[in-house]
Amino acid sequence: MTVDRVAGVTLVLMGVVTVWESRAFPLGTLQRPGPAYAPVVVAALLILFGVAVFAMGGRARRLAEVGWGEWRHAVAIFGSCAFAAWGLERLGYRLTMAVVVLFLLMIVERKGWALGIALTVVMAWGSFFVFDTMLRVPLPRGLFGL
Amino acid sequence: MLETLQNLALGFQVALTPGVLWYGFIGCLVGTLVGVLPGVGPLAGISLLLPATYGLDATRALVMLAGIYYGAMYGGSTTSILMRIPGEAASVMTCIDGYAMARKGRAGPALTIAAVGSYVAGTVSVVALMFLAPPLADFALRFGPPEYFALLLLGLLVLAYMNTGSMLKGLAMAALGLLLGMIGIDQMSGYFRFAYGVTELGDGIGVVPVAVGLFGLAEILLTAGQKDPPAVIRPRLRDLLPSRQEWRDAHLPIWRGTGIGFLIGIIPGSAHVISTFVSYAIERKISKRPEEFGKGAVAGVAGPESANNAATSGAFVPMLALGVPGVPVAALLLAAMMVHGVTPGPLLIQQDPRLFWGFIASMYVGNVILLILNLPLVGLFVNLLRVPYPVLYPIVLVCSILGVYAVNSSVVDVWIMLGMGVVGYVLRKLDFETAPIVLGLVLAPMMELSLRQSLAMSAGSYAIFVTRPISVILLVIGLILVILALRPLISRTLDWRARLAVDT
Repeated sequence: MTVDRVAGVTLVLMGVVTVWESRAFPLGTLQRPGPAYAPVVVAALLILFGVAVFAMGGRARRLAEVGWGEWRHAVAIFGSCAFAAWGLERLGYRLTMAVVVLFLLMIVERKGWALGIALTVVMAWGSFFVFDTMLRVPLPRGLFGL
Repeated sequence: MLETLQNLALGFQVALTPGVLWYGFIGCLVGTLVGVLPGVGPLAGISLLLPATYGLDATRALVMLAGIYYGAMYGGSTTSILMRIPGEAASVMTCIDGYAMARKGRAGPALTIAAVGSYVAGTVSVVALMFLAPPLADFALRFGPPEYFALLLLGLLVLAYMNTGSMLKGLAMAALGLLLGMIGIDQMSGYFRFAYGVTELGDGIGVVPVAVGLFGLAEILLTAGQKDPPAVIRPRLRDLLPSRQEWRDAHLPIWRGTGIGFLIGIIPGSAHVISTFVSYAIERKISKRPEEFGKGAVAGVAGPESANNAATSGAFVPMLALGVPGVPVAALLLAAMMVHGVTPGPLLIQQDPRLFWGFIASMYVGNVILLILNLPLVGLFVNLLRVPYPVLYPIVLVCSILGVYAVNSSVVDVWIMLGMGVVGYVLRKLDFETAPIVLGLVLAPMMELSLRQSLAMSAGSYAIFVTRPISVILLVIGLILVILALRPLISRTLDWRARLAVDT
């Protein structure tokens, strides 16, 4: 299976799902389009492009040739971001960012304590000071007021 | 002509008074600093700092706000070049080659070219604004929904046609972006589409989380775990300035970007975003070395940056001449004018010439201040690349999350950024370009609305698109692009027939 074939199938599936989900809204007519009209037209185009990408993708790179060597790092970074999204309003900006920076620097990248703590303070508390205190951009404080 | 120059002299008298000059400087400085913060673009910058101008007189307030606007525009390009984080949709194209230049140790030249390009575009377009504002504003008003739909469609086709990869893949990505742009409340009927109960999606998916996810986060996911992390770059003094070859590569794209940006910028709506995409696409198409695009082509920075800044001035045309805000930032400036007791519109020039021409002159002065301010800062910003990547990326990540959250104070935006980061990561692995997704996302609501408004105007007849001159011209250009894109396919078919033909 080539990368283009995989991409083609994915695009077709996305188009089909969009058309299916658009059933919830009136389609309207060609002359008076309803809210489902544009999504259905664009989804149909997506299906068309997906089929074409699939059909013309026979000579593309094989999926097995795509290197995924960095997946562990990618998962760790993704996890950190997901934690940040989960924790921002629950734990507060400063605490959440401190955990994220400490985790990435000291566990994922195995940097020293001094650097880890210094950067954590600068990034979590420093950025809070610039945005929240100076620029008046409200950042969440969470349950602990942090 | 003579009258215009006399008026401009009056404007310079106002703009060069120490008080006004000082506020222009403060505006540029604060704008640059705010713009450098990832995710905080010109709109957020002006919104944040608007209350600070309440105590000033109208001229000083407007000059300061315009300075903030220019400064934030330039500051946004800094994060695009150094961190691959676009502060807004207009900076997306700068990310591609600007960041590639930075990774090749040419961050200084990229920033310098962005600064000079912005300066040239800003200054030239102010000249054009001065002489052409009334007739251009009149032209801009001839853009009704059918013309607007045709223009937006052309923008998508231009981008897909100029794609380095296949037009097909570009169009597929643009379609994906269009679908994303249809999430949220339908402006014509009020239906809540594809939101699945998430009320924050009512206004649709924001451009900033998508752009930061597709570009910034995807880059981190791809790069951080590489066996050989990107080398630490220690720029030397002579590396901060562009070489003679880089200047040569930049100067024509700067002029072309200026023209494209100004012309597209005058059209009301967010069409100015298209200008950077169109400029990038044209530069890539006419380049003698198109293979360099995406890998650090100077023209890929010079063109879009100039177009972006020229579009800024272009956007002021309908605002100053007619009192019609073409873009959200112009609307904010218009509101600022009203707060200070100034009534914008055609009578502004007669009623308050000192303010009008002072504002125009301050745009010249602001561009000079920005250049003087930013060239020395290039050396400072570039030092960021001395930080090893394993230490740099957590910083960038925090800035991205902060910037994305700060736009709407919404965690949903952070989740969207995260999702888009994964999408961008996978798409780059599969050799798909992600810029058309951003363009599709920006254009979708406007395209759909203008299509449906056009049909409402014509009682459901699609002939409206081919009976109005501007619309038909734009559609014909789009059709030509499609035919040009299909040409290789047609010629291959003809070759196949020729092989089968019998010699006579």
